[in-house]
Amino acid sequence: MRERITTIEQLNTVKEAEKKYLHLRLQGNIELTDDDQLFNILVCSGTGCTAGESAKLLERLEELVEEHEMEDKVRIIKTGCFGLCQKGPIVAIFPDRVFYTHVKPQDADRIIQEHVIGGNIIRDMQMFDIDKETGGKIYDIEKIGFYEKQHRIALRNCGKINPENIYEYIGVSGYQALYKCLKTMSPQEVIDVVKASGLRGRGGAGFPTGVKWQFEKNQPGHEKYVICNADEGDPGAFMDRSILEGDPHAILEGMAIMAYAVGAHHGYIYIRAEYPIAVSRLRIAIAEAEELGFLGKDIFGSGFDFDLEIRLGAGAFVCGEETALIASIEGKRGMPSPKPPFPAVAGVWGKPTSINNVETIANIAMILRKGAEWYSAIGMGKSKGTKVFALGGKINNTGLVEIPMGTTLREIIYDIGGGCPGGKKFKAVQTGGPSGGCLTEKELDTPITYENLIAAGSMMGSGGMIVLDEDNCMVDVARFYMEFICDESCGKCTPCRVGTKRLLEMLTKITDGEGTMEMLDEMEELCNEIKDTALCGLGQTAPNPILSTLRYFRDEYEAHILEKRCPAHVCKNLLTYSINPTKCRACSICARNCPAEAITGKPGKEVYKIDSTKCIKCGLCLSNCRFGAVERH
Amino acid sequence: MAKLNGDALGKIDEIVARHRNQAGPCIEMLHEVQNELGYIPFEAMEKIAEATGTSVAEVYGVVMFYSQFTTEPKGKHVINVCLGTACYVKGAQQLVDRVEKMTGAAVNKTSADGLFSLDATRCLGACGLAPVCIIDGKVYGNALMGNSFTNELRKIILAERGAKA
Repeated sequence: MRERITTIEQLNTVKEAEKKYLHLRLQGNIELTDDDQLFNILVCSGTGCTAGESAKLLERLEELVEEHEMEDKVRIIKTGCFGLCQKGPIVAIFPDRVFYTHVKPQDADRIIQEHVIGGNIIRDMQMFDIDKETGGKIYDIEKIGFYEKQHRIALRNCGKINPENIYEYIGVSGYQALYKCLKTMSPQEVIDVVKASGLRGRGGAGFPTGVKWQFEKNQPGHEKYVICNADEGDPGAFMDRSILEGDPHAILEGMAIMAYAVGAHHGYIYIRAEYPIAVSRLRIAIAEAEELGFLGKDIFGSGFDFDLEIRLGAGAFVCGEETALIASIEGKRGMPSPKPPFPAVAGVWGKPTSINNVETIANIAMILRKGAEWYSAIGMGKSKGTKVFALGGKINNTGLVEIPMGTTLREIIYDIGGGCPGGKKFKAVQTGGPSGGCLTEKELDTPITYENLIAAGSMMGSGGMIVLDEDNCMVDVARFYMEFICDESCGKCTPCRVGTKRLLEMLTKITDGEGTMEMLDEMEELCNEIKDTALCGLGQTAPNPILSTLRYFRDEYEAHILEKRCPAHVCKNLLTYSINPTKCRACSICARNCPAEAITGKPGKEVYKIDSTKCIKCGLCLSNCRFGAVERH
Repeated sequence: MAKLNGDALGKIDEIVARHRNQAGPCIEMLHEVQNELGYIPFEAMEKIAEATGTSVAEVYGVVMFYSQFTTEPKGKHVINVCLGTACYVKGAQQLVDRVEKMTGAAVNKTSADGLFSLDATRCLGACGLAPVCIIDGKVYGNALMGNSFTNELRKIILAERGAKA
């Protein structure tokens, strides 16, 4: 059992002790002392890198360190997401600041032998963005293109500290803000700071966080609750997951501060079951925080009690909506209910409840530590601070980026994301997931704020940002989102239950080549009706993907309807595959890979042919043919 | 419906007893039953309804509402294809079609011989590796490129069903 921490002196003692290990890897903190003999080897253990066997790599590195009896010299640190998922698994070595990418478990031996023992940077392993000025010798990780334009507040510790070691979090000034609030501020003062900071809900709607807290604080009664919404259902968004995996204590600290401000003593973290790594790190973090006294009874001897419980979702997108989430925590079907009453008045178990998104909560401790003025100086207009985006789709640097509000889409997609791969032409960027819309080249110079994105026909949403190139069909993308919404509609209100189904039917007809021009007008009318009449946010925003693609890509809809043609070659019913007999070398690779056995010919003798009645249009022949003989029309 | 053996019933009782006094325990209990048995049998719903003072219909309603709960046992091998947006725009639908054709399991169903289940899942958050597939818990990133995913699946099919795969 480790010692409980109840005073600021104890907290500072731990912080100083940890600093010795942490200073190697923290920005602007490179003082060379005796400790520069030490090596910190950071291994990314986010979901992306874990899928690339980073757990095995970590294990092997630890084994080797033990074998060579270097435990006092080399620290292997399991970290959260670096944000650069495309290049994973990632290993960063300090103090050398070398950033190896695409590392495999079998590379562990070389890293220890050649780099750590031999003292040489392994040049033939893949590294990130060789810095030409320094001749690729030593990189300043913060200065590589991917990070340069970023401003990391919510992601401040992701990829830097071990999320399963509470002392490392304390070493980066963790739980100092909680101490400050509990011991030196009244709940109202805490709320006033959050209000003055201008922080708005990062789950998408952008409601001012301090105002939400004030509503709950003003409610009578002693039984109140706080909830962290970690039901990150928006497909393509993974910033909440990365924060929970990389810096779970920031959420615990933020929630404790929030509970103190509103007068709650019990909190829930509602997290989707698709995120097993995040759940396990949260469980570890809660146990550690309870052991050290940051959760539980009489925190810091202040008399304030707060405990936390994890509740798992079970695969329902609508549970991200706050009233549905509350129903789900209560063990019921996750169906939304009309507002008012708002959760701040009658939430979980009918008691006043504040619900904030993970990213919002991740900002809280920093705001309380550094002050409202510091935070509100970042950003633009009514959108203060930073926003994390999950950059995905057809983009070179897939990953997580945190930028100050007011950055343009072009800066994110080109300067940070590196543009579309393979020299393909950028077509659109989708923000806001199933509730948002697609923006085109023309909107790329719009500074990102809540208001600007809505004016352009999309929305901030939780921060998914999917880049689409010329090979993506916009009608198909709209259909994809509508299919998602239909699946996830809870069925409680008619506009959403029936309306989205009708929309999907029309979209499917269009992608099948059976659409009519009248359908476009009908869809638009129906979209507007659903927007006005659906019960909850899911239904009200569901038509956005259709409305925005109709607004910017009407020509693609018309090509499907009038010419029975899919300009991006995606919609299967409008496609045929054939083999050009003059190019075919009868190598048989297409036939061997065809899952439908639709291709016949004789190896080396007779050119191959596709039987269009058997062809399932999977495109495997096209991707496998080395001679460019397979053609798609 | 096949009768559950005493072992499974005992496990259900244990889970129900553990969460009985918790507030709103229904979903927690269902999660644990499914983790333990791989699916949620009717008997579990009866026991949960009894413990929580609701009707079986209500518990059944909860099971049906959430896509992760299943009332049928899964096949011997489970293949998940991520259908999140990032995977979809990078061709996940082609993967679904391919797996369907190869295994004979329709989407979110199990093949007639009980060997393969094909689940189209919601975003797994591994968007950097899109499109993503999982065979029995092992993740394959960039599954449309190269042949590592397809070959692995072919190998399993061959091992299970013999010559014709």
